[in-house]
Amino acid sequence: MRGNAAMHDLVAPGDLTAVLQLLAAEPGAWTPIAGGTELMVAFSAGRLAATKLVSLWGIPDLRSIEATSQSVIIGAAATFLDLRKNAVISAELPLLAMAASWIGSVANQGRATLGGNLVNGSPAADSSPALLAYDAEIEIISVRGRRRVPYSQFHTGYKRNVLSPDELLYAIHIPRRFAHHDRYLRKVGTRRAMAIAKVALGATALREQGVIREIRLGAASLTPFPTRLWQTEAALLGKAVTPETMRSAKRALLAEIKPINDIRSTAEYRSRVAMNLLDEFLLSLRHGGLKL
Amino acid sequence: MSKSERATPSKHWSAIRFRVNGEAKVLNVPPMKRLLDVLREDLHLTGTKEGCGEGECGSCSVRVNGELVNSCLVPVLQAEGTEIQTVEGLALNGALHPLQKAFLEHGGAQCGICTPGMLMASAQLLEQNPHPGLPQIREALAGNLCRCTGFVRIFESVAASVAVESSALTTKSTLEQTNHAR
Repeated sequence: MRGNAAMHDLVAPGDLTAVLQLLAAEPGAWTPIAGGTELMVAFSAGRLAATKLVSLWGIPDLRSIEATSQSVIIGAAATFLDLRKNAVISAELPLLAMAASWIGSVANQGRATLGGNLVNGSPAADSSPALLAYDAEIEIISVRGRRRVPYSQFHTGYKRNVLSPDELLYAIHIPRRFAHHDRYLRKVGTRRAMAIAKVALGATALREQGVIREIRLGAASLTPFPTRLWQTEAALLGKAVTPETMRSAKRALLAEIKPINDIRSTAEYRSRVAMNLLDEFLLSLRHGGLKL
Repeated sequence: MSKSERATPSKHWSAIRFRVNGEAKVLNVPPMKRLLDVLREDLHLTGTKEGCGEGECGSCSVRVNGELVNSCLVPVLQAEGTEIQTVEGLALNGALHPLQKAFLEHGGAQCGICTPGMLMASAQLLEQNPHPGLPQIREALAGNLCRCTGFVRIFESVAASVAVESSALTTKSTLEQTNHAR
């Protein structure tokens, strides 16, 4: 079944205030659309439920990328191509730059937005493991004001998040304090381009005399929504990376992930690969760390 | 926009303006209509093809304000005020674009469905990087699927067009080295 364009309204107020007023006037009635790489797929297939859409494309406030002394602040409607072209992101946030380069293809990267990737809330979202590893924070805006939540608390369930119907994801804040961390990111999919992740793992860690003092593990396609691997992190925190620590970390990993069988992979494969990725990261730490 | 206005669609939508291949266009179409459908149905520019309709195959690739897009994923309202280039806009004054010549000469086109998208993605690449190597060509075309050629002839065609434009580059030997390295 094909989507029928006449059955959907689309408006483009062109500035942020007007968009927020529209969302506030009829909470839940309007669905924001940015680059359209998710919603237009649903529309083409005739399964776009939203009948009233408001365009976020071309609103400059939402597309800026700004670096302060503390953070890199990425507008929610910045595209993955914008991320790839940004000098600070390339230099200081290589995990995010890599994730951006893996998304879809050139044509998708020029349209798909970082905020859209997060709001869509796919368990396989490409940018999520990097943002979790970098301890990102989400800035939310509405006519009522602004608020911030850690990205690790943004998703609340499968395709669910903390946004109220009148709120918009405004920006993603990434602290600029990961220059000395060991870092890791790997996506396992069927091919380099265009593929959706079967499993992905992102990580940052800080060690002192071989002991892990700080660690963040961000996973995709292992739980109903992208998530920090809190139990696995707890198994590693304060420990040196020994074969025993690695075994207990993998036990914790298996206990906290909820991989599923679907068209892309099986739960068993995902569990095995997740353990392999964790091993790869931890072995790299034992060998002096991987500076990607 | 009220529901009553919707009963008379031709008056209901505000006009959308953009330029296609240098020509100004004004259209009364639903704002959610896909740019792909507007190009093909309203402007009769049928060079742009629909493959998958979900942004996976790249057959509908066009350039909007100098960026490559899958036109099946762009609601036409978001093209308001833009400059669009389709495959029909590649040839200049009746002379084929170097990429088009190269695709013809090197077997880069077979059934033809992917070809317009391949050409637009290649044109995008060459504008960003006039002297791409094979890895850059492969990355630039990773979002364009071909079910006939096995891709190698398409990559060769793009490389050959580069070689024609700058005779310094010996494309064939570059590809032979790459094949040898496999």
